[in-house]
Amino acid sequence: MARTVTTQRKTLNTALAWAVGLLIFFPILWTILTSFKTEAQAIASPPIFLNFDWTLENYAIVQERSDYMRFLWNSVIIAGGSTVLGVIVAIPAAWAMAFVPSKRTKDILLWMLSTKMLPAVGVLYPIYLLFIQLGLLDSRGGLVVVLMLINLPIIVWMLYTYFREIPGEILEAARMDGATLKEEILYILTPMAIPGIASTVLLNFILAWNEAFWTLNLTAVDAAPLTAFIASYSSPEGLFFAKLSAASTMAIAPILILGWFSQKQLVRGLTFGAVK
Amino acid sequence: MYLRNALRAATAMTLVATAAAHADTLTIATVNNGDMIRMQGYTDKFTEATGIDVEWVTLEENVLRQRVTTDITTKGGTFDIMTIGMYETPIWGANGWLVPLDGLSEEYDVGDILPAMAGGLSHDGTLFAAPFYGESSMIMYRADLMEKAGMEMPEAPSWQFIKEAAAAMTDRDAEINGICLRGKAGWGEGGAFITAMSNSFGARWFDEEWKPQFDQPEWADTLNFYVEMMNESGPAGYATNGFNENLSLFQQGKCGMWIDATVAASFVTNPDDSTVADHVGFALAPDTGLGKRSNWLWAWALAIPAGTQQEDAAKQFIEWATSKDYIELVAESEGWANVPPGARTSLYENPEYQKVPFAKMTLDSILSADPNSPTVKPVPYVGIQFAAIPEFAGIATQVSQEFSAVYAGQQTVEEALAKAQAFTAEEMEAAGY
Repeated sequence: MARTVTTQRKTLNTALAWAVGLLIFFPILWTILTSFKTEAQAIASPPIFLNFDWTLENYAIVQERSDYMRFLWNSVIIAGGSTVLGVIVAIPAAWAMAFVPSKRTKDILLWMLSTKMLPAVGVLYPIYLLFIQLGLLDSRGGLVVVLMLINLPIIVWMLYTYFREIPGEILEAARMDGATLKEEILYILTPMAIPGIASTVLLNFILAWNEAFWTLNLTAVDAAPLTAFIASYSSPEGLFFAKLSAASTMAIAPILILGWFSQKQLVRGLTFGAVK
Repeated sequence: MYLRNALRAATAMTLVATAAAHADTLTIATVNNGDMIRMQGYTDKFTEATGIDVEWVTLEENVLRQRVTTDITTKGGTFDIMTIGMYETPIWGANGWLVPLDGLSEEYDVGDILPAMAGGLSHDGTLFAAPFYGESSMIMYRADLMEKAGMEMPEAPSWQFIKEAAAAMTDRDAEINGICLRGKAGWGEGGAFITAMSNSFGARWFDEEWKPQFDQPEWADTLNFYVEMMNESGPAGYATNGFNENLSLFQQGKCGMWIDATVAASFVTNPDDSTVADHVGFALAPDTGLGKRSNWLWAWALAIPAGTQQEDAAKQFIEWATSKDYIELVAESEGWANVPPGARTSLYENPEYQKVPFAKMTLDSILSADPNSPTVKPVPYVGIQFAAIPEFAGIATQVSQEFSAVYAGQQTVEEALAKAQAFTAEEMEAAGY
């Protein structure tokens, strides 16, 4: 029997959800607002919320000083490349763990996740030396591989969780009908797990887009993505808050738009299998 | 056969083109500050004159430090020129990681570099980095509030005077704090300030045997004085205030005095950003009568990492960027108040620059700082607000966190000093001192 929810409670829940949503979104809103202020207005105390002379000057300065499109393109290639490569590697791994588990599958999954617990700086020097030897410093290809490896445990975990929700009998039936392993994964499993794969792709694209340790330490000019673009406007000695906010808004705008348009898929994927 | 020859020719052409492109482009790592950004705007002039292109990698100071340190210690070769400070230069020079800046042209006039700057950027008498701009620290104060408090700022005040003036200028109802000082954790933030201040109280980081000195009374005197004065006259939450937070407070008229980098003088006197631009006075950093003032010395300088393939082009750029001609170029376009300060003697002899209100006090502050003899007692290290040893940054970051915890009221001065002593002793022993 369905629960009855009173209008009053519904209104209260909606108001609460909006309040929490606004609270979470407020830092981003504040960054966007600050990007339209002058430097003096950006540091005014008490802070000015909306009552200021809006200016596009910061965006003009940032455009003039930095080649935004080059940073953006690098971000797209690095985040997109690492996500696609990660999914290609992770699907067979997650299939094996979900449908033909061994005694050690759970241990392997935990071990994979434990690699995320190591502070990145702990392996900076070995990776940097490796990049020098392989000629990969300041290359997009090198970063694609590194970010793919960093996010791989999350991708495998997510896909494993989604695959576990798919009845093994369907795959068995496909096998009985003569499907090869490749056909089973490509034509049976993958289409059934599309919502899960889509949310995995989106989440990992966002993670790779925002990654700021390796992208700052392994790039200089050619492969520098939007994280480096933002870092060039931060300073402990000098007030650049308005310009930094403009650069940050420009850096997060593409991913915000992507998130907005794909929120349905993202939510569908994240709740995949939650209700049986 | 034809295909093979064509491939060989194409490969050769590609190699030549790559080599040519490589030889004509310098990659420079730098910090994001007003003077460095301004220089990037003039780079076209250098390219026009020499045919050498320049690619800039601009990063936040702490990110830059980590990035260039990783690259130079692994011989990564990513950068042809690095912007580094007085802390790194003598250490890296001693390790052979930097190209000595000898053989600079006569027109460059290396003897014109301020002796304090040249000394801090050298190792064993060899210059390893050319100062782009230099700074010390000094008092910036509100002349109108000082007058209202019935006091007059001496040119070289004592800490006792500063404490009394701060109390007299404080007006909590009007949101005016008598004094704003750095309290934020970090060796380059609050750590730099308290170290420079401690010099004037006769404290030191290490004795001649490299033994930490936090258990000596001079450190307790410094911290107790600082905490008492800031609790009485400082802004709320000063434990998390660094340069930018204090700059913001001062520009909005919420500080009676601010002791910080001389480079801030141009910010607080700029009427576009500062509401108190017309009321700012300057004085030397305070002392306690022991013979040392509490001002520091710093320079952002350009250095060439050993192993670069473009040593000559890099030297050419450094000569251009740190030359007298560059200073005149900026002065012509943007006025004398905007030229990079603190690097060359001739700048302070220029009658036009002498008209800039903070020029004299900046020079006096720089000249009164001696990195080879930073405090009252003898020390085994070089540096005023730091000790130029590789271990210092890590140790000082931890120590400054303990001090910030005192400022935030989370522990006592005695507890913080005991922890600082134990931690530093352990680290120094582990490092083999």
